[in-house]
Amino acid sequence: MPTRRPDDPSFDLEMKRTVTIEVKQLDRVVIRFAGDSGDGMQLTGDRFTAETASFGNDLSTLPNFPAEIRAPAGTLPGVSSFQLHFADHDILTPGDAPDVLIAMNPAALKANLKDVPRGATLIVDTADFTARNLKRIGYDENPLETGELDAYHVVPLNLTGMTVESVKEFGLTRKDASRAKNMYALGLVSWLFQRPVESTITFLQTKFAGKPDIRDANIAAFRAGYNFGETAEEFSVRYEVKPASMATGTYRNISGNLALAYGLVAGAQRAGLPLVLGAYPITPASDVLHELSKLKRFNVTTVQAEDEIAGIGAALGASFGGALGVTTSSGPGISLKSETIGLGVMLELPLVVCDIQRAGPSTGMPTKTEQADLLQVMFGRNGEAPLPVLAAQSPADCFAIAVEAARIAITYRTPVIVLSDGYLANGSEPWKIPVVADLPTIDPNFTVEPNATDDKGQPTYLPYLRDPETLARAWAVPGTAGLDHRIGGLEKEDKTGNISYDPANHDLMIRTRQAKVDGVDVPPIEVDDPDGTAKVLVLGWGSTYGPIGAGVRRVRAVGGKIAQAHLRHLNPFPSNLGDVLRSYEKVLVPEMNLGQLAMLLRAKYLVDVVSYAQVRGMPLGAAELAEVIGNLVEETEGIDDDARHLGSAAAGLKHGEALHAEANGRPKGQLHESEGAR
Amino acid sequence: MSTVDLGLPSLPGGLRGVPAATEPQNRKEYVSDQEVRWCPGCGDYAVLAAFQGFLPELGIKRENVAMVSGIGCSSRFPYYLSTYGMHSIHGRAPAIATGLAVARPDLSVWVVTGDGDALSIGGNHLIHTLRRNVNLKILLFNNRIYGLTKGQYSPTSEPGKVTKSTPMGSVDNPFNPVSLALGAEATFVARTVDSDRKHLTSVLRAAAEHRGTAFVEIYQNCPIFNDNAFEAFKDPETRDDAIIPLVHGEPIRFGKDGHLGVVRDGFASLAVREVAELPGGEADLVVHDAHTEDPAYAFALSRLTDAGVLHQAPIGVFRSVDRPAYDDLVRQQITTAQETQGTGDLQALVTGADTWTIN
Repeated sequence: MPTRRPDDPSFDLEMKRTVTIEVKQLDRVVIRFAGDSGDGMQLTGDRFTAETASFGNDLSTLPNFPAEIRAPAGTLPGVSSFQLHFADHDILTPGDAPDVLIAMNPAALKANLKDVPRGATLIVDTADFTARNLKRIGYDENPLETGELDAYHVVPLNLTGMTVESVKEFGLTRKDASRAKNMYALGLVSWLFQRPVESTITFLQTKFAGKPDIRDANIAAFRAGYNFGETAEEFSVRYEVKPASMATGTYRNISGNLALAYGLVAGAQRAGLPLVLGAYPITPASDVLHELSKLKRFNVTTVQAEDEIAGIGAALGASFGGALGVTTSSGPGISLKSETIGLGVMLELPLVVCDIQRAGPSTGMPTKTEQADLLQVMFGRNGEAPLPVLAAQSPADCFAIAVEAARIAITYRTPVIVLSDGYLANGSEPWKIPVVADLPTIDPNFTVEPNATDDKGQPTYLPYLRDPETLARAWAVPGTAGLDHRIGGLEKEDKTGNISYDPANHDLMIRTRQAKVDGVDVPPIEVDDPDGTAKVLVLGWGSTYGPIGAGVRRVRAVGGKIAQAHLRHLNPFPSNLGDVLRSYEKVLVPEMNLGQLAMLLRAKYLVDVVSYAQVRGMPLGAAELAEVIGNLVEETEGIDDDARHLGSAAAGLKHGEALHAEANGRPKGQLHESEGAR
Repeated sequence: MSTVDLGLPSLPGGLRGVPAATEPQNRKEYVSDQEVRWCPGCGDYAVLAAFQGFLPELGIKRENVAMVSGIGCSSRFPYYLSTYGMHSIHGRAPAIATGLAVARPDLSVWVVTGDGDALSIGGNHLIHTLRRNVNLKILLFNNRIYGLTKGQYSPTSEPGKVTKSTPMGSVDNPFNPVSLALGAEATFVARTVDSDRKHLTSVLRAAAEHRGTAFVEIYQNCPIFNDNAFEAFKDPETRDDAIIPLVHGEPIRFGKDGHLGVVRDGFASLAVREVAELPGGEADLVVHDAHTEDPAYAFALSRLTDAGVLHQAPIGVFRSVDRPAYDDLVRQQITTAQETQGTGDLQALVTGADTWTIN
């Protein structure tokens, strides 16, 4: 149980109700806030998430917003939303479909309705439901009046009007007053789900400290929304989602980009090196730059460079100087950095390159998620230019993966790619806070003295003399007396690092660089196969971890036997991966690309994996994966197409059953704890 | 958006923070064991010899000198110096050197580049390094041709130039590198010539002592693909009238027997005139002031350079003004953060302010 279970003492309620409110117990809720991109839906979602995290629920979030900062108000392209799944048990995804949709205007209703299952609750701000606004988005009639929403529990409220009324004492313009409507809505749903509210009030006090009118109006609107729920008899039911039972420990909520920033700092600190980030702003990676720029006290330097190439250039220059150079970007930026990554491979210097993937190709859909950069980061360089590739599997895992990237980069003197994506970057989840003293220490092992003797018997330094075990080269930084040397992108002679065009030497160096990467110490992949009788393995990488896990739980809940494994190391692969693949009759690989991991697995292991590829810019759904997995399990059993039922049963589980089924996983926290300690 | 007072640091020389050598050094110590592989007669040899001769004079530890180059003939430079060096990729040396300078205040960082490397593929990094005023020195070897790729026109080639890729003559308008650097807000801009070792050395010394980015254009002859491009500056018959010498505090007067001089001419412009024809004689000449804050003056000087085939150009330090160096400011913010917030507590950072505990 959480030690902090705040009630709401700050509320001064006048109890006017005559009808008793029923409190209904739920094991989980999926709620989605939707409005114009200027309506503050991301902030509203963040605050509801913070309230929910502090209450002790497990949770998972999915922000979803357009690339346009302020698309025209009231239009479908301008709709921004934030979905949160919270539960009294361990959950893996932000949920396929909302139980509650808060729609702040007609466009938000229309854009999101297709995702909302019948029977769900729609809380709709009616203020903008004018004939003109409706027409603009293709409604001839008001959907609140035509009966077309009869299958839903619709709660139409003039949220804007009530907000304006609630803040009139502050003398704001109607426009400014109505801006607080998101806080009014947040207050209302905070009441509905019995969320603790102090943190939001504190947040508003801090955020608007310099603007007392705005601060007071937002707090008043928030309280008014809460009180409206309590007193207005609009709702006869409140809901309670008890805190989740999670592994013991202290938790916080964390997003992927924040976890990545902290992990990079932790990696540098554990190596005793300054961190130098060179980066150019790009969605969805910019928050890593923002966060690191706040951490100067940790000896973190951030260079906002003139372009992507300069960003990685500055990082590599800093690494040459003995710092941990880092660059962060997304797919288009990684394309621009390719040549410098190749130089890093040749120089054999530590460098961490973070690719927060987004939907491509080209500019693609900047705010939507995808995992289609795998082959780019594996092979997108001229020549044979191998490097280690890691992928985070959840928002909190971005921390552990960043520490691991620093370890590999420094230990092996190599650029390392970290793959995250928009879903992980902006999504958040509870994180069992690691004890930083337990994180691995990383030894830069700088060379400070001559490491060889020349042909005249004099001590000398050979920059490309290697550690026989790791094949890491001897790294001496400028300023070290007697070890001055020159390195560059031209092929090097073995050991001396001098320019060499010798054919045999080139072949040796190519193979040595490959062997070094192939030999990176990577933990074996673990398979979750409860009774060891499954014939089908589902294998994923990156952010599909949550949806795949949820799908697997559903299939198991209806009696299917299925094994699951997830890759965090994509180059090199874990050494037992081939054996694992060959020990199952079928291997299913779901990906948000056209089968890039599947291609690598087929090529390397000659295993005919089954690819499930969806590239919609959205995370895979648990139900769709349950169906695919269930069908493949039965196909493997030899059951005819028309006799199969497992997939549809797993996919068709009623909400509560499905999510209950998805709950039977390992306790939250354990996974990250063990990974963090590596 | 708000701005804050950055609390500007004092502005000592370019070598502040670099450890001094404990013993006198000589030229040979800076010569690496690598065989120099430029074409016979290449102007790069003269620059290398001057540079190797000049480095010991700086009186800093040899291991604290770092050379970063891009791609091109001149970019082989680091291999021939026994200092730390990186031969990087085309056009990116200023960006890489920026990261190095930011990370290591104890290094004297030099970028060696050429007209293609710095002005074409790497133009963006050049202008942004100059604008930031990172404490590093850029030596741009301008031979007005692509040498390593065997003779295509470059961004400084004169219009109409016939090369392998311009058989009917180049239709590109060239950059004036000094004008470009000044437009990019450079704080130190100079030009010198490969064959004048004394002048070259004096400019290198001034560059090394400048805190911030020093930009030095070096007219450098490519005997294979663009021979005699700077002949006007070398031929004893023409050089006196070709070189407009810039000496701080001196009237700008040149030519055989000093018959030519630079005068103000209209709005923010300068012109070359016969001194004898000036009403006030030498008193009418511009007295060179490299510390003039307004870059318009140095820019006007840079426009005295011929745009096409070179017959006349100013040589010397166009501009040398003080402005805080980017890397100093970056480090100062870190120091300030550590002084005001303490050196970071990693456990407190990852824990954050909003936690809950499961027992």
